[in-house]
Amino acid sequence: MHGLRLYFRYAAVSLRSQLQYRASVVMQSLGIFLITGVEMLAIWALFDRFGTVRGWTLPEVALFYGMISVSWSLCDAMARGFDVFGTLIKEGELDRLLLRPRSTVLQLLGHELTIRRIGRFAQGAAVLGYALSSLDIAWSVPKVLLLAASITGAVCTFLGLVVLQATTAFWTTETLEVWNAFTYGGVTMGQYPLPIYRWWFRGLFTYVIPLGCAIYLPGVALLGREDPLGTPVVAQWLAPLAGPAFLVLALAAWRVGVRYYRSTGS
Amino acid sequence: MPQIVVEDLVKAYRIAERRPGLWGAVRGLARRRYRTIRALDGISFSIDAGELVGYIGPNGAGKSTTVKVLAGIIVPDAGRCEVRGRVPWKQRIEHVAELGVVFGQRTQLWWDLPVIESFELLRDIYRVPQPSYARARDELIAALELEALLDVPVRQLSLGQRMRCDLAAALLHAPQILFLDEPTIGLDAVSKLAVRDFVKRLRRERGVTVVLTTHDMDDIEALCTRVIVIGAGKILSDGSLAELRARVTRERWLTVDLDDGAAWTDEPEAEAAAEAAAEVKVIRREGSRVCLAFDPQRIPPAELIRRVTSRHAVRDLFVENPPIELIIARLYEAQAQQAAAAAPAPATDANAARTSACAEPAEPSEP
Amino acid sequence: MRGPYLAIVSARFRMLLQYRAAALAGLWTQIFFGFVLIMVYEAFYRSTDRPQPLAFPELASYVWLGQALLATLPWNADPEIRAMVRSGAVSYELCRPVDLYSLWFSRALAWRTAPTLLRSVPMAVFAMALLPWLGLPEWRLAPPAPLAGLCFALALAAAIALSCAISTLVHISLLWTVAGEGIVMLLTAVVSLCSGLLIPLPLFPDAVYAVLRWLPFAGVADLPYRVYIGSVPPDELWLVLARQIAWTIVLVALGRHLIGRGIRRLVVQGG
Repeated sequence: MHGLRLYFRYAAVSLRSQLQYRASVVMQSLGIFLITGVEMLAIWALFDRFGTVRGWTLPEVALFYGMISVSWSLCDAMARGFDVFGTLIKEGELDRLLLRPRSTVLQLLGHELTIRRIGRFAQGAAVLGYALSSLDIAWSVPKVLLLAASITGAVCTFLGLVVLQATTAFWTTETLEVWNAFTYGGVTMGQYPLPIYRWWFRGLFTYVIPLGCAIYLPGVALLGREDPLGTPVVAQWLAPLAGPAFLVLALAAWRVGVRYYRSTGS
Repeated sequence: MPQIVVEDLVKAYRIAERRPGLWGAVRGLARRRYRTIRALDGISFSIDAGELVGYIGPNGAGKSTTVKVLAGIIVPDAGRCEVRGRVPWKQRIEHVAELGVVFGQRTQLWWDLPVIESFELLRDIYRVPQPSYARARDELIAALELEALLDVPVRQLSLGQRMRCDLAAALLHAPQILFLDEPTIGLDAVSKLAVRDFVKRLRRERGVTVVLTTHDMDDIEALCTRVIVIGAGKILSDGSLAELRARVTRERWLTVDLDDGAAWTDEPEAEAAAEAAAEVKVIRREGSRVCLAFDPQRIPPAELIRRVTSRHAVRDLFVENPPIELIIARLYEAQAQQAAAAAPAPATDANAARTSACAEPAEPSEP
Repeated sequence: MRGPYLAIVSARFRMLLQYRAAALAGLWTQIFFGFVLIMVYEAFYRSTDRPQPLAFPELASYVWLGQALLATLPWNADPEIRAMVRSGAVSYELCRPVDLYSLWFSRALAWRTAPTLLRSVPMAVFAMALLPWLGLPEWRLAPPAPLAGLCFALALAAAIALSCAISTLVHISLLWTVAGEGIVMLLTAVVSLCSGLLIPLPLFPDAVYAVLRWLPFAGVADLPYRVYIGSVPPDELWLVLARQIAWTIVLVALGRHLIGRGIRRLVVQGG
């Protein structure tokens, strides 16, 4: 619990630091809102031309889009420390983290809570709002909880990916954008329902990087549709748990990385 | 009761060798060649509570590595190390909670925030209870005269102001052990004195054990009761400054201001020969000032002074120790010669590689 | 203009070569994105029987061209110029004995072409030769008809010139610091939407496309890509080139007008 309190202290400090450059922060937030906003325009154009994508309608796709965008923006705002970890390690900042009586993960999460990501969050939330208002979902308390669990699961999955990306920096000298394929690629993938993809791609994002478990499966349950992939309803409701599991594995890899750093010390 | 015990500490680094050219780089991707560098080659010492120890050596000698091991950041390959009864790298969290560290090159304060907010965040990071925090904060503010700086964002502080704030930041959790890495680097004279005074008081009033790594010999002379000199991963000397001098050379310097500088050249030859026998050497002449090096066991200072004053009209004179830089430089020379003698040609190469290698990336270049 | 360009481009190229691992990583990321995009379009194409302005194989080629030539598109700002403006070092640019606009244009040209030279060839090899071998022939980048290929080379050259004119204009806008940041963001949004990067322009509603094809942004990607796949026939090449060149002239003139004012403004402010 003390850790959580410290995280909020870190976050407050970070927000105050960024607000010293208010004009720039506002401009960047608006810019991100706009850049992600045009993405939705493109999707709208596709639906205008094709009607549906393999039987899925625009509001249904908007639900997936909104869920994955909100999740990614939350992760992206929290994980800045891991994102720039390659630079931190080069500048010797990791030593400083190890000199403090707290876990490195908590300190890196506290590195920055990036305000400008609110642009993407707002855009994703707006799309989600549009989806929820156009879809006829029979809301109940469990369904609201499922939506929250789904977003939490996706945030965990994304955090896991960013942690793995940072972990590779222990071995390579520069942070490689190899992982961008999975993070940004995962965001793009998750905007559409899983069945539209080929089997190997679905497998990758179900069993290896469980974004499909976190977004698509609970999304189907929310829509009350039958899954063309044939997953049972129970599985759809339990699927978001794959997110935290993935994060736990990523954190285990992180600990291996820290141990490697401390034994080589370079 | 020793606070820090180190026995036969060994730490080797593997450094990837770069092969030249594009093809070399491509091959390097597939299979890397490594060179092993012994940053610590069997280091042993023990430090008692309340000691103020200077830890010196050239870049790449193993200073940073030692400090990183003591601080629990890295794990050594072999040897024993205990700090306040704990193995640093095994109980990192408990260990660093009782440790204060200041890097002169890098601040630990939050760049865009007022100083006081960094202090409060550190209070939460170190879980310092509010009353103890308030007491420590107020004492440090008074001792380091920080009152006027508290509301200033760190990026607007001068280097000297920042260093004072960094010292306070490292002590808010009342650590019993303090590591200072180049704490006076780049500071103006007044700030240097302020930092030194504060460190002295810290030891006197709170009995904090301080390990100081520095290239500034004035820091060492002003502060340290004991000096450990390290070179190429080995301890070359460990003891008080006086002992260090005695080990390397007994030499002392007599500086004489003459009424007439030109008179010195009219030395009667016989006396010159006598002085040569007593191994008195002229090491410097600037105008009417002459500096002589002598061995006090072969010619007592009183005798030398009598001889000089009997022959020359002397305006002023004083006897001093050779500067500590010179002592240490001689120590390294002796070590290098030893290494060269032990293993002819390649050994010197290895030594050169050792000091130039990037085994210690955090280490600053010589100011 | 050849002198500074060659020097800058060769410096860039050497710098890029130092980061081979980064180049490989970028290649991998863009191939991955190419896959995702093509799968999404494939799903849309299979959802309707109506004929589309681009056949699916044409669309796949369009997507790969966009991925291979991504660095030629004016969708971001040169971080070096950004740093130069921030640190105030940009005022040294005034001291150089060359025409400032040409210098910045050369910079943009180097920045837009060097990474492309490095990246596009392995991309094209992958998308053209390797995909069919992987059992995905319908996703491949089809080789162009000989005449179309020739026309594409011309249209691509004009596209790069136009792209650099836009980039230079953006870099000049950075001289108006905070407002400049906003302009860069705005431009990223507009370019990705209106050039064909986000979705192939012909897939927009016909009325929208009728407008988009006349904007400068279509000239940097959509028009040359359509020349490649043959959806613009070779005898209409002159129309494409005319549009690209006309926009380039307009934007260069605008840039030349603004750059002096921007630098003076910054110098007067004291950097």
